[in-house]
Amino acid sequence: MRAPRAEWLICATVVGGLASRCAVSPIREVATTQDSQGDQLLVFAASTLADAFDEIGESFATQHPGVEVTFNYAGSSTLAAQITEGSPADVFASANEKQMGVAQAAGRVTGDAPIFATNHLVVITPIGNPAGVQTLADLARPGVHVLLAAPGVPVRDFAEAVFDRAAAESSFGSDFKQRVLANLVSEEQNVRQVTAKIALGEADAGVVYVTDVTSSVSGQLAVVEIPPQFNVAAHFPIGMISDSQQPALARGFVDFVLGPEGQRILAQWGFSPPPNG
Amino acid sequence: MGDRMTPPPPTRSLPAPRPALLLVLPPLVLLLLMVIPPAALALRAAAAPIAALELLNRPLLMAVALSLTTTAMSTVIILILGTPLAYILARYRFPLHDLVNLVVELPVVLPPVVAGLGLLMAFGRSSPLGALLQQFGLALPFTTVAVVMAQVFVAAPFYVRTAQVRFAAIPNELDEAAAMSGAGQWTFFWHVAIPVSRSAMLAGLVLSWARALGEFGATLMFAGNLPGRTQTMPLLVYGAFERDLNLALWTGLVLVAIALCALAVGRLLARGSSLPTAPLP
Repeated sequence: MRAPRAEWLICATVVGGLASRCAVSPIREVATTQDSQGDQLLVFAASTLADAFDEIGESFATQHPGVEVTFNYAGSSTLAAQITEGSPADVFASANEKQMGVAQAAGRVTGDAPIFATNHLVVITPIGNPAGVQTLADLARPGVHVLLAAPGVPVRDFAEAVFDRAAAESSFGSDFKQRVLANLVSEEQNVRQVTAKIALGEADAGVVYVTDVTSSVSGQLAVVEIPPQFNVAAHFPIGMISDSQQPALARGFVDFVLGPEGQRILAQWGFSPPPNG
Repeated sequence: MGDRMTPPPPTRSLPAPRPALLLVLPPLVLLLLMVIPPAALALRAAAAPIAALELLNRPLLMAVALSLTTTAMSTVIILILGTPLAYILARYRFPLHDLVNLVVELPVVLPPVVAGLGLLMAFGRSSPLGALLQQFGLALPFTTVAVVMAQVFVAAPFYVRTAQVRFAAIPNELDEAAAMSGAGQWTFFWHVAIPVSRSAMLAGLVLSWARALGEFGATLMFAGNLPGRTQTMPLLVYGAFERDLNLALWTGLVLVAIALCALAVGRLLARGSSLPTAPLP
């Protein structure tokens, strides 16, 4: 028989290792108009923006022939860390001001970072709702498998703010947040991972943005609204990267997102307009 | 039958002429690529020595403990289940032999994240198997058991292959001697094959263990990420990168140190893995 050698194994280890690295943080290419060499615009955007920004990218590219818009979607904390470590980028759209602040503190975003959308949270369960989660309070019931994003990911901060507000109410109990966190089964790297695993039915409930319940997963999910007095208005800021190779184009993209067409697309995907607009 | 982990030393007796520059430059580039990242890791970590004092923080300790216990479990499972598999593949012909060989090879070339997706589809709560388990109040995803399953899946081939190669190299003389002394198949496996293959088996186990220790993609997919339960060291490095770079650097450095130790142990074991040429006593 053919005897594979240890050398083969070592080589395979290296290949396998490389393959596993490639699995992290894919950079997706969406809008490509190939009529010229084209300028490239690299936009780092929070996971929950994926659908809306894909469409905005296409729309922007049709208005700017020859421009290729590429997106890197991940948790804002991942993106902020990549930007801080010097990843080339042109625009950063964050799911909270804290992670935009990380990029600003590193000097990579120097101009203003206007709020371009707001968002709010919902509780999601798999379609059959196996644990019978009917209200926010049910998240703390023993035995409910809760899925949240990892600490630092904006949606986790927002979710904890919701738990804190609820805990102030006597009916929830002051230890509400601790009891929810005791039910935690995993901390996912971004909000879309939470949505995907709930849609698969692997856990009983998760806290995500309303914009994560897109048409592609809504058939597998049931939504439990969070009472407005506990919910948060998540402010999404967008900023230009200060050392962008395409400052005019980056400025154009930011303006496009803030402009009527960008706002129309964002609204269509469930985002609310910025507070003063 | 020589040592399989390290190539034999050059046997030429004449003083070797210096290799041409053209022959030296490409390997130099490759070596730099391999040396610089771990060195940069160490340098950046050394620049933040305060973090070293905080090395004993809870997330790191929990991740180290979890990594060591889960990889120990998966290595034992791989040893118990993988040894007979390697032995049968090496010494018996049977229908679908080549297919089984292929199955054993698959996890090596499969991207781990795909392995994790497969594990989730196979053993997740929405799978038929998962539904069955749920009737007994059991669920695999997001448990430490899932971490071990992911590790066994991705790491087993490294042991099975190494052991298989070694078992296949057992010389016929040993078989004949065993047959003459009336040893049965089980006796041969237990009292001849395993003793003469012990070093290679250990070297294979070290390879498997190191792969299990580095396992990331399948774990993240199937077992999730929760400190103390499923957050192994590689997952902590990934998670800490965006919150606490120093923690990520030092955890990474600990992993580099462990990997170097594993490599050293593996080489040491492989050195002693040559076959005895004497017939059975």
